[in-house]
Amino acid sequence: MIRDLIHSPTLRLWQDTFRELKRSRSAIVGGVLILLIVGTSIAFPLFYRVDPLAQDLMSRLMPPVWQSGGSWAHPLGTDNLGRDVLSRILYGSRVSLMVGFSSVLVAEIMGILLGLFSGYYGGKIDTVIMRVADIFMAYPFMLLTISVIAVLGNSILNLILVLGISDWVTYARTVRGSVLALKEKEFVRAAHSLGTRNRTILRRHIFPNILSPMLVLGTVRVANIIIWESGLSFLGMGVPPPRPTWGRMLAEGRLYITDAWWLVTLPGLAIMMTILAINLFGDGLRDALDPRLRNV
Amino acid sequence: MGRYILRRLWHTIYVVVGISMIAFFFIHLSGDPVMLMLPADASTQEIEELRQKLGFNDPLYVQYWHFATKAVQGDFGESLYYHVPAMELITERLPASLELAVAAMLVAFLVAVPLGILSAVKRGSFIDLGSMLGALFGLSMPHFWLGIMLILLFSVKLGWLPTSGRGGLSHLVMPALALGMSLMAMFARLTRSVMLEVLNQDYVRTARAKGLKERIVIGKHALKNALIPLVTVAGMQFGFLIGGTVIIETVFAWPGVGRLVVQAIFNRDYPLVQATVLVLAVLFVLVNLLVDLLYVYLDPQISYLEEK
Repeated sequence: MIRDLIHSPTLRLWQDTFRELKRSRSAIVGGVLILLIVGTSIAFPLFYRVDPLAQDLMSRLMPPVWQSGGSWAHPLGTDNLGRDVLSRILYGSRVSLMVGFSSVLVAEIMGILLGLFSGYYGGKIDTVIMRVADIFMAYPFMLLTISVIAVLGNSILNLILVLGISDWVTYARTVRGSVLALKEKEFVRAAHSLGTRNRTILRRHIFPNILSPMLVLGTVRVANIIIWESGLSFLGMGVPPPRPTWGRMLAEGRLYITDAWWLVTLPGLAIMMTILAINLFGDGLRDALDPRLRNV
Repeated sequence: MGRYILRRLWHTIYVVVGISMIAFFFIHLSGDPVMLMLPADASTQEIEELRQKLGFNDPLYVQYWHFATKAVQGDFGESLYYHVPAMELITERLPASLELAVAAMLVAFLVAVPLGILSAVKRGSFIDLGSMLGALFGLSMPHFWLGIMLILLFSVKLGWLPTSGRGGLSHLVMPALALGMSLMAMFARLTRSVMLEVLNQDYVRTARAKGLKERIVIGKHALKNALIPLVTVAGMQFGFLIGGTVIIETVFAWPGVGRLVVQAIFNRDYPLVQATVLVLAVLFVLVNLLVDLLYVYLDPQISYLEEK
């Protein structure tokens, strides 16, 4: 049993992947950055306890500490209501990361299930799922999310569901393509001819083989979803106030662009660093899981 | 080929019908626009009369049918907010959005393709590393933030470019660059990777062996083949551009359909939202059709005659 596990192709794939990841500089830099960002977003109340909602009208639009007029009380300055920018950026990271990862999970689950059924069973199921996918592909993504948020109202849960459901098509199409190829492989045909049930073939033989492309795709999409979430927040359709989000900080800061450059610069830098970390890691992961793409 | 075009047209029609249904039902579930159209102190009777007049008391499928039968005749109804035909508003604003999208695509192509080629040809060089690092940053920047940064630098600090509105080239530079940046990054990476692949092919080696100049080998033999995936991605990214204009138009107060539709969604202006979504979706599907047809020119090996 243990020998089977050690020699299982799936386990070996993960071991190989990890070994390759350790070799890739971009994966290491990205991975460390992601760990730092996620760690900070979880642990920051331990070392920085400033209320992101506390207003102090006496010290409004205070610049960051390195500029004249700045103070260590507010290292990254304050906004138009005297709220601490650093604290708001740190809280904002929680929203972005939570929405990003959860939406991708929703999209992955939906896309994998529909892609598996579509590719494996074919026929009418396939036609219906792929036709619906065509419609989703052509529907302007941003308009879809905005109109659904307008219907459901803006809350974190709605945002996660809407972004996730809007994004299932990419996963479903990729899974379907992989399943169509896997269906013709000997090990699947053999399982079929031995009388293995379809559900078992899907679970044990096909599903493990689509995991690596899904992991790569998921990483890329987390970055995209975080950008979309900040865009929606920017338009006022994201997580409702008073909870700070990076997108809304930018929208509010834009009104003070002539006096307070930090309000429009720093939250954007936070978004960019997060996306950069995820993209770096995603590049490394793709190379590790798909050696054909290496150095391309 | 004719059969293929017919099949693609059929595909276009059902996609558009599907989108019109989704747009129609979602927007109608979002709430009652009559409340927004009347003053806050309107009586129940007044509200009811207006609802009756606008047909909001009919079942949803009946309302959809009315909408669809009129829409195929080009009548998308009147905007509830502006009180003019929805189509008129869209045709008025569409050129601005298209101008922005085309400019963004052009900027992306003109910068990315040469950079990608150069990176592939001089693989591992300073240019390669620099441009790929730049592309990574370009992909990681939300385009609306880049827009704000451009405004901060070129309008607020340097005073070189206008902050908002539509006019000459000076108005177009920043929104086009902001919208096109992530495309530029994507195209540069793609061009590089495809060129690296193509440069290893036998026909490129043959062309070099024939003693052709490197410029001709790369420009004629390699690039034409590398263009196929680029055109595919460019076509697919048109949808992204449409979505992107929604936010960029808000940042730069650009008078296009993106800003129009965001306001329409906030105002629950049903006819306008439906019409805009449909027009944008039709555009998207047509661009994709065009891209498919372009393949035939770019790659004569692709023949649609043999398709089922």
